[in-house]
Amino acid sequence: MLGSGRHLDRSVSGEVAALGRRPRGDAWLPLALLIPAIAFLALLIIVPMLQALFLSVQSEAGALTTEHFERMRGDVAFSDAWRNTLLLLILVVPLQIVLALVMALLVHSRIKGHAWFLYVYAIPLAISDLAAGILWLAVFTESGYLNSILQGIGVIERPVTFLAYTDLGSVIATIVIAESWRATAIVLVVLIAGLQLIPRDYFEAADLFGASRFRRTIHVVLPLLRPSLQSALIIRTIFAFQTFAVVFALAGRNFPVLMGEAYNWYSLNRNPNVAAAYAVVLLALTLGATFIYLRVLNVAQAERTR
Amino acid sequence: MDRPSPSPRYLLDRSLVYGLAVLLALWVVVPFYLIGVAAFSPRDAVFEYPKALVPTDLTAETMAFFVNSRGVIPSVINSLAVAAITITFALLLGAPAGYALARFRFPGRDGFQLAVLATKMFPISILSIPLAVTFLRLGLYDNLIGVALVHTAMALPFVILVTSGVFVAVSHELEEAAQTLGCTRLGAFRRVALPLALPGLAAAAIFTFVISWNEVFAATILTLRNRTLPAQVLSTLADSPLYYKFAGGFFMVVPAIIFIFFMRKYLLNLWGGK
Repeated sequence: MLGSGRHLDRSVSGEVAALGRRPRGDAWLPLALLIPAIAFLALLIIVPMLQALFLSVQSEAGALTTEHFERMRGDVAFSDAWRNTLLLLILVVPLQIVLALVMALLVHSRIKGHAWFLYVYAIPLAISDLAAGILWLAVFTESGYLNSILQGIGVIERPVTFLAYTDLGSVIATIVIAESWRATAIVLVVLIAGLQLIPRDYFEAADLFGASRFRRTIHVVLPLLRPSLQSALIIRTIFAFQTFAVVFALAGRNFPVLMGEAYNWYSLNRNPNVAAAYAVVLLALTLGATFIYLRVLNVAQAERTR
Repeated sequence: MDRPSPSPRYLLDRSLVYGLAVLLALWVVVPFYLIGVAAFSPRDAVFEYPKALVPTDLTAETMAFFVNSRGVIPSVINSLAVAAITITFALLLGAPAGYALARFRFPGRDGFQLAVLATKMFPISILSIPLAVTFLRLGLYDNLIGVALVHTAMALPFVILVTSGVFVAVSHELEEAAQTLGCTRLGAFRRVALPLALPGLAAAAIFTFVISWNEVFAATILTLRNRTLPAQVLSTLADSPLYYKFAGGFFMVVPAIIFIFFMRKYLLNLWGGK
């Protein structure tokens, strides 16, 4: 086993040294270690993706058909689900990015107790969307805590119904708040990891030239944080398409979203084909959004460096 | 350049920064406090209005009502079983892959790493719809193993990334030293690398637990009678009284918070990095 590649260069340590100096005879080993994971993911991702496609275009007799997509489009909830899902995306994602950026900069500035602040800010990472929806239901329900507080300080005289299906605006506001609370933590973690990659010298140099905190953030930090902002944006957009349980807990079926309609078609209407059509739409949205983001952001970057 | 002495302006600036940090912490923490109060108030207190923010009579009666509601205890047992199966699958599949990424340079390494990162964001839960149809045929529908398979696919990329980080941190030279002293490669791994990597592997297991314990959509689609806890709560949500919902929400939140505390060191590894 003691091949020539084995001899150690003590001056180089860590990952760099560990990589690339394995004896040739071991070429099969990494492959053998990887294959189970690759095979599993292929089996549970690629196969069902194709299966979703088949289900959505296959008639009962097995022929090719568009009936499921037509049925999906013909449903009253379909256009609402589209509008609501996109509306939530547009309202929630920018809010989360700004909120997470403020949190990340606070933690990164090494204020006293910054590790605890990071932990507290990250807690919602561990909360399921269903539980988060229920938490905020306790706040927004008619006899809930928000009304109690507002009445306590004399802003209102009788409880406000925030979650009435007749008032789309306030329903959306509650969902946006709950989603911003729940899923900002993911953006935060991505941004902090990104901030840690920026050498501290950059911050100090900006200090030396008397840059105010705000200008430093805009001109020094944001451009350097671009790759992290980009991945945070992609992650959050993809997840926003999947918004489901928070909406379900707060508004029930009064506020249709795409993922919720997929659930309804499968579980309530017992129609896996139309549900699969929704799955195909959601998969296409995911791939499309990723592609567009990568395209647009890279073009913007190329133009800046030109 | 002199360090500025703590002028009034500096003090004002610091207090603004701390004020903002504390305010954001409260924004995160207060809903937990409120759901706790709601879950430990008597059942009829749910309909009281206006509610007291500081509870006057705390009782476990509402929680007891939730736990003893039909289907809740079996669903908790199911949730724990699914999580245990998921942890086993995810570690058995993910840890070797993480080790390979940490230790070897091989053709396709970058491609594999990219695929792992892409899987992390992939909307796997929506795939439970076609999977339900397949599982029905395979006898895995309404079966805890079927749910665990989907949860494994969700957790696997995270397990691979965390374990690869862990094995990078465990010096390869120690493993080689053990081999020169007569250990086989497997023996060196088992006696040297594995014990050192154990805390990191535990963190990966904990995160896998949290993913599985929290997962709602796939668990609801893939089960009918053998519900996990979130699937049970979701499928009865429309007909449940508020106090049942609040107690259920609290019950789901607590283990997740406790477990995330133990793996807070690894939070940045999970979503950060490349």
